[in-house]
Amino acid sequence: MSAAEVAAPPRRSQGLLARLTRNPLGLTGLLLTVMVVVLALAAPLLAPAGPLAQDILGRLGPPSAKHWLGSDQFGRDTFGRILYGYRASLGVSVGAVGLALVIGGTLGTLAAYFGGWLDRIVMRLMDVLLAFPVILLAIGIVAVLGQGSLNTALAIGVVYVPTFARLLRGPALILKESDYVSAAHGLGANDARIVFRHILPNLAAVILVQTSVALSTAILVEASLSFLGLGTQPPNPSLGLMLSESRSFLTLQPWPAVFSGLAILLASLGFNLLGDSLRDILDPRLRGRD
Amino acid sequence: MLPFLTKRAIDLVVVLLGVSVLVFLMIRLIPGDAVQIMLGANTEVTPQQIAQMRSKLGLDQPILTQYWGWLTAALGGNLGQSVWTGAPVSREILARLPITAELTVLPLILATLLAVPLGILTAAWRNSTLERFIRFFTIVGITTPAFWLGTLFIYLAFLLFPKWATIGYVPFSENPTGHLSRIFLPTVALALPLLAGLVRILRSSLLEVLNQDFVRTARAKGLPERQVLYKHALKNALVPLLTVLGIQAGYLFGGAIVVEQVFAIPGFGRLIVGAINERNYALVQGAILVVTAGFVVINFVVDLLYALVDPRVEYQ
Repeated sequence: MSAAEVAAPPRRSQGLLARLTRNPLGLTGLLLTVMVVVLALAAPLLAPAGPLAQDILGRLGPPSAKHWLGSDQFGRDTFGRILYGYRASLGVSVGAVGLALVIGGTLGTLAAYFGGWLDRIVMRLMDVLLAFPVILLAIGIVAVLGQGSLNTALAIGVVYVPTFARLLRGPALILKESDYVSAAHGLGANDARIVFRHILPNLAAVILVQTSVALSTAILVEASLSFLGLGTQPPNPSLGLMLSESRSFLTLQPWPAVFSGLAILLASLGFNLLGDSLRDILDPRLRGRD
Repeated sequence: MLPFLTKRAIDLVVVLLGVSVLVFLMIRLIPGDAVQIMLGANTEVTPQQIAQMRSKLGLDQPILTQYWGWLTAALGGNLGQSVWTGAPVSREILARLPITAELTVLPLILATLLAVPLGILTAAWRNSTLERFIRFFTIVGITTPAFWLGTLFIYLAFLLFPKWATIGYVPFSENPTGHLSRIFLPTVALALPLLAGLVRILRSSLLEVLNQDFVRTARAKGLPERQVLYKHALKNALVPLLTVLGIQAGYLFGGAIVVEQVFAIPGFGRLIVGAINERNYALVQGAILVVTAGFVVINFVVDLLYALVDPRVEYQ
């Protein structure tokens, strides 16, 4: 392998990063996403007392030096709980979108590649899943599996399977007919090699964009489910659950409600802006499509 | 036209059947014994009671027989009975559905009505301060949780109008002003995130249309800009907006389920969350089936109307 080949990938990714940061919206999206991920990962360092520690004398406190974002009815620190809430929300959302990407992406690519009855059956099943209102489908799956973080991730994952199946089927259909795939066939490559070595890498841009956008909405769906009491169970912190619990003392101390909702908004906004900007950079033809 | 209709009707039936199979399978996919879980709240359950319940629910029959029985009953309007009260599930669903339907339709209308002028404004006055402000609102608004907005509204109403009843529910027939004053804040909370999305779609489709040849022709022949914008561009730009409304209605219904909880409105959200907590699976199944089938049919009708109205849609 020559030096130029080794050096090529980093240069390309630097180019992407540079173009992302040049656009104000892209930069905002990137900064928000990095902030949320860092806060989630660093939660044990930034809030060493943990999400359940109670400060009985400092209950329902406003933002202060001790509790930056105020405290709830048990004297639990809102800032610390938001950090751990990010861990829960991101964990569920990333797990869900990852699952949807693997299952949906595989189904969509295989459907396109093999065509025929497999294609018809898979895509019909996707139509059926898409017919359900998002939240209602997730609620139904949680009703079957039971409440809790893992089941919420599974439920949200199933909801996004058709999105990725449809997303990857279209480009995979076009690629299937392209000259270099015919060439690979001619050279004796088997189906698995063609799908994984030739078709999937070419769909990387589409996948990256859709993953970011899906994370943005998955965070909102997760928050909705835990707000309804169907996601993460108390006393574990989750952003939707925090917002729901904070309603009981809203008129006494509004800050936990304000900040937990704002935390959901910022996380979702970050991934949304990142996805939109990536779409503009990576594939100008997709611009404006949602 | 007839082949198009037939094809769409077949699609409709296939999707509805698929939806019914998935909803039917729900209760059969519950890990462990569904009957045991349903009866779990009772401390003394005899094997006899379990067998009785199983036969009452038809779970002791072959699965295809079960499905056929369930489907034909559902088509006849019988969605089963609630496990605890024995009340027909369909009656409970019909009692709550109009409340959530109102919380879906009103925000949809409000957001659409506001989206048109705001969308025109952002397309016509590009780079003005007001336009930048609206664009900021559309970017942030899309990812704003309606249930958070609702919570903030309740707090603001408490500060500004402490005597004004903001939560709870009274039927319109009993107290029209009380009804509207309680439905106002949840409607606005649900409409704002949707409005942000609609303005964004309308703006981009307006900008796209304004770049097309027929708009250049209209300008070249000396039409005033106002007429170009309203008569030529807006008409064409409204089409993408209308096509997303059907999809948005589904999201909005989901949002309404959550926002209802914020405002203590006894709609579909409370019904279904309560049913899950009580392990009242017949009610959960019935609720999901009715709403999903409803949206499938609505989207089908919208598609047909759209094809009838817009001559460019191909009937193939």
